Amino acid sequence: MANPTTTRPSPPPNRAAASGDPGAPPGPRRRPSALRRNWWGLLLLIAVGLVFLIPLYMLLTTAFKTNAEIYTWPLKWLPSQFTGDNLAQAWEIAPFGAFIKNSLIVTAVGATLKVVLAIFAAYAFAFLPFPGKKWLFVAMLGALMVPGHVTLLVNYITMGNLGMINTYAGLILPGVASAFGTFLLRQHFLSLPSEVFEAAEVDGAGHLRRLLSFTLPMSIPAVATVALVAVIDEWNNFVWPLIITNSVNMRTLPIGLMYLKSNDGLTNWGVLMAGTLIVVLPMLLVFLFAQRYIVTGLTGAAAGNGR
Amino acid sequence: MSVELETTTSTVRGAAPPPADRAAAQRKRRRRGYALFAAFAFPNLALIAVFAYWPIIANLYLSLTNWDFISPEPLFIGLTNYTSLLASPSFHKVLWVSLVWVVVVVGISLVLGVLLAALFSKKLPGTSVVTGIVFTPHVVSGAAIAVVWLFIFDPNYGLARVLFNLVGADSPNWTTDADWALPALLIVSIWKGVGFVAIVYLAGIQGLPSDVLEAARLDGAGPVQVFLRVILPLLSPTTFFLVITQTIAAFQAFDIIAIMTDGGPASSTTTLSWFIYEQAFMRSNVGYSAAAGTVMFVILMVITALQFRFVEKKVHY
Repeated sequence: MANPTTTRPSPPPNRAAASGDPGAPPGPRRRPSALRRNWWGLLLLIAVGLVFLIPLYMLLTTAFKTNAEIYTWPLKWLPSQFTGDNLAQAWEIAPFGAFIKNSLIVTAVGATLKVVLAIFAAYAFAFLPFPGKKWLFVAMLGALMVPGHVTLLVNYITMGNLGMINTYAGLILPGVASAFGTFLLRQHFLSLPSEVFEAAEVDGAGHLRRLLSFTLPMSIPAVATVALVAVIDEWNNFVWPLIITNSVNMRTLPIGLMYLKSNDGLTNWGVLMAGTLIVVLPMLLVFLFAQRYIVTGLTGAAAGNGR
Repeated sequence: MSVELETTTSTVRGAAPPPADRAAAQRKRRRRGYALFAAFAFPNLALIAVFAYWPIIANLYLSLTNWDFISPEPLFIGLTNYTSLLASPSFHKVLWVSLVWVVVVVGISLVLGVLLAALFSKKLPGTSVVTGIVFTPHVVSGAAIAVVWLFIFDPNYGLARVLFNLVGADSPNWTTDADWALPALLIVSIWKGVGFVAIVYLAGIQGLPSDVLEAARLDGAGPVQVFLRVILPLLSPTTFFLVITQTIAAFQAFDIIAIMTDGGPASSTTTLSWFIYEQAFMRSNVGYSAAAGTVMFVILMVITALQFRFVEKKVHY
């Protein structure tokens, strides 16, 4: 992702030739003309790619530049040497190990609970009877419209009353119920072929078995989508961890960045970038390998005003 | 907890009961279904009730009180918080900054997003890679993005200085100059969000009926005409959806402000969401913050209500 050469518009190899269309003119003649027709489009595409890659490139290089090369003008595009000093220094300035641990715990536990609760609730809303079920479903979806910022204050007070300020439970609990995940999974469950469930019922399978051995195995892509979106949301969450934790050792990574940023305007950019890289890298990798699920999940999540 | 209920269900297994008992069996099964529903859905519903619905009610009450988190009881003071908010010039400024933020970010993201989508829909070589790159900022932490851009805006060593030097000017002190701070944050916000808009528009464009576009082209419409007269109107449901969701997101922008400016300099970047946070958690003005929260709630509810009105009418021209 951070490799700028990937933007190079590599034309697909011999598309016309590969298509095997006997009527098509020989490959080498056709392609240049298509390219010439679209040269401005390609230029634009490269420019757009650069606008979004350059900040990431700056992040990557600055994190490993020596101070001498960061604080120099004109700007050095290619560092002449790479150093790990910034990373090491980040660890000295703030308990980065603790930040990483906290982020991992909150993300792993929070996302897992979120997915599990959503699966059970989705199954209930899809297949189990209940008086007033429709009404409950609407009430659940209505939660998507409650703006997150309006709930911060009261949730903080609630967690205070429960004695959960500055604890993992306090970090995790308020975000665990997911109306959107439940909705998405319910829609998916309802789309599954009903014959399978009828067969399972005839076989005497109870609801728990129907869920675990029939519904879930057929829903892996949908569950993966919900899980990935949950992981991204938990990892990147900012305002709630900022409020609910108050000791350095309970902070998560995004909040931890604030400890690397000095308030007197004399920020040590190399160190700050090294910390930022640690925040960004895991989600970049997740995105790289699961792009398709994440895009459907996040665009879908916005469909419910989920964020 | 549900396992126990499960084993009882399986006793109904297989055998067809005599017709007389069938109704009774069905009732029994139904009741078991109720119990299971409660067990399966309860955690989710309870958490939503406690952390999404209760806050609205409690916030409304807190907004009528004066409290600092510490004194034992919130003191009821009626509508005083609201009247002083509405009379306060600094709150007017907060509303103004929020309005500018929302209009600029949503407006520019939508225009750039639809243009990007039009570019991506041409399926040039390399498009899928660039689409992925443009969407990336949506996936990574807003706080991290804010840090990177803070460096880009550094007047001495930042990338933005390159552009200013190109035209022979000095870079401004972006984040510490009251005139430049808001534009800086708006740029970051647009940069972060435009990829999402582009992807939603791209999906919309790919879903358009191809025969209509074909017909327009056969009628002799140029690409710009097709885009403006055919594609854009057909995309109006997508546009409407994006206006609503992006507006709600823009109203709640927070991490960029927290990292880059803390609402300053001179409150020039204090939006409604920063104001709510600042009043409660930096100044312990609980009631005042709650009243500002109600203002945000009302604004967003009105926007959401509009959404439902329009969606029913199906925005199509």
